[in-house]
Amino acid sequence: MAQMAAAGFSFLQRGRFQQLFDVLQEAGYRCVGPRVTDGAILYDTVTKVEDLPQAVRDRQAPGHYRLESSKSELYFAWANGPQALKPLVFKPRETLWQCQAQPSRGLQFETVPPEAPATAVIGVRACDLAALRLQDRHFIHGPVVDPAYLARRRNLFLVAVNCTHPADTCFCRSTGDGPQVTNGFDLLLSEIDAGFVIEARTDQGVDVLGRLPTEGATAKQLEAARQPIARGAQAQTRRFPTRNLRDTLLSNLDHPRWQQVAERCLSCGNCTAVCPTCFCHSEGDEPTLDGSRSEHYRQWGSCFTRTHSYIHGLVIRGDTRLRYRQWLTHKLGTWHEQYGRSGCVGCGRCISWCPVGIDLTEEIAAICASAADA
Amino acid sequence: MEHRPGMTGQETNTAAAEAVSKPRIAVHKFASCDGCQLAFLNLGEDLLALMEMVDVVHFAEAGPVDPDAEVDFAFIEGSISTPADIERVKRIRERSRYVIAVGACATAGGLQALRNMADAGQWMRAVYAEPGNIKSLDTSTPVAQHIKVDLELWGCPVNGRQVLAAVRALLSGVAPAEEHDKVCLECKRRQSVCVMVAKGMPCMGPMTRTGCGALCPSFGRDCYGCYGPAENSNTDSLTRRFEGLGLLPDAVARRFLSINNGAPAFNDAGRKLRE
Repeated sequence: MAQMAAAGFSFLQRGRFQQLFDVLQEAGYRCVGPRVTDGAILYDTVTKVEDLPQAVRDRQAPGHYRLESSKSELYFAWANGPQALKPLVFKPRETLWQCQAQPSRGLQFETVPPEAPATAVIGVRACDLAALRLQDRHFIHGPVVDPAYLARRRNLFLVAVNCTHPADTCFCRSTGDGPQVTNGFDLLLSEIDAGFVIEARTDQGVDVLGRLPTEGATAKQLEAARQPIARGAQAQTRRFPTRNLRDTLLSNLDHPRWQQVAERCLSCGNCTAVCPTCFCHSEGDEPTLDGSRSEHYRQWGSCFTRTHSYIHGLVIRGDTRLRYRQWLTHKLGTWHEQYGRSGCVGCGRCISWCPVGIDLTEEIAAICASAADA
Repeated sequence: MEHRPGMTGQETNTAAAEAVSKPRIAVHKFASCDGCQLAFLNLGEDLLALMEMVDVVHFAEAGPVDPDAEVDFAFIEGSISTPADIERVKRIRERSRYVIAVGACATAGGLQALRNMADAGQWMRAVYAEPGNIKSLDTSTPVAQHIKVDLELWGCPVNGRQVLAAVRALLSGVAPAEEHDKVCLECKRRQSVCVMVAKGMPCMGPMTRTGCGALCPSFGRDCYGCYGPAENSNTDSLTRRFEGLGLLPDAVARRFLSINNGAPAFNDAGRKLRE
């Protein structure tokens, strides 16, 4: 049974979708999935199908995000919200170690073990999986392994969903990261009117699938699942001229466009906070009032802050032009040297969640267009 | 009398020596609402711990009154708004090792700095039956405009976390960590949904320095800038954005000319809109 499910595609009727939640919860996972919260789709604890955003559609544009109701019965007929996986593995703020002053033994340092509950994430998109691979590369496969990230990453069970309703801000087709999910998941769902076509990729995925009341998927169901993914890809209009912009960007460091975008940019760091691949952080210490104990924390930072470029008495990137340029030349340029690919997965979050609607694909187009003219 | 604020009593051997070596603290009030002093009084258990560690020699709202005492740390709440204030704040400077300005009034002149842009005399005549009895300056200004200030804690009001962090650093003899990030970063760390992008509200978060923990957006309302301008604030771009959200120029000006209207970045942006 398990072998058959792994080799082929199963089908779970819509009315039986709750069983997925039940099986995962019985297996000891906390389920995290999309929920409508404060006018956006956020990933948070879910226990039942009713928690999911059924009959909801997102409308996204530069600096604009709205949810609308739709007549669709589908649970995943929307693109994304401000966050998906990043806060689950790379915590917005966490204590790394603490220090205790002890009268006889001086200062005692101890690491704080990370909380890493077994977590099943339902509804992960292709762009999010691509971003997770990049974060893995940084936090796990670099010269130093980050133990807190690793502990949480190991305990993730990923239920991916093929994306059928990209937002106007999406461009994963251009970066090559979606909308079709190809790898990096435990289970993959494709939602159609009658239910879900399911594929398992890992042993854990096969195990969970084996406990679901599925049937073999028919050729008709597979076709019904394939079509909206292809339509979603076709609907995307934003794009980058090429996937490797390193040389173009580095040979245009004095392009006037950097100054023009700096006149709009608020240097607020929202783009880097919603970016699923941005990993920069700041660290600090929080001592107790009596000075006997201190906690050393790490929190999300941003190359748009002053402290990010502060080096022994000097702020290297004092103005917005240099900060914005740093962000894009790193993410789209020097990431290639560092991580073997661009740091952008085409999710479009930085476009939607920029308070003033700066669109990086537009900025890149402007810089590349006149670079080609020159 | 030489005190060493870096020491918490560990170096001293006798209780008597410990009592003598306690840093002395004063909390002064100028033109203000007293809300920042409450950040001290609302510290809970930490207030008790603090009282063990320091001698509070002047803090009228809490009891001790000795405004002319020499102290290690003088916390000043409120703005300078009368001729007597100028003399008093200078005396405090002479008698204090470190001066810490606390809250929007002390750091930017407070809400009452709105009179700096108006005919203060006319306002006074409109409000008071006998304006001749009032000896007030035409301006309300931050403490740093009159004396050297060693540290500013921004916010309206400041909160206990800020006060504790500053006190702890000062007692340890290190420079307190300044908070420069914009409210947006803290808002995103809290996983709050952006009220500007998702609701079209004219949020001051992208302009405002953090310290509050992005409190207002976490309750679904827009930041009104009570912690003052952050570094590298692009007020022109935010002005255009607010106008794009449908605010008339005067409504945008009011966003800037509010609690921290005296802070240069906000003042310039607001004045530009009113010209």
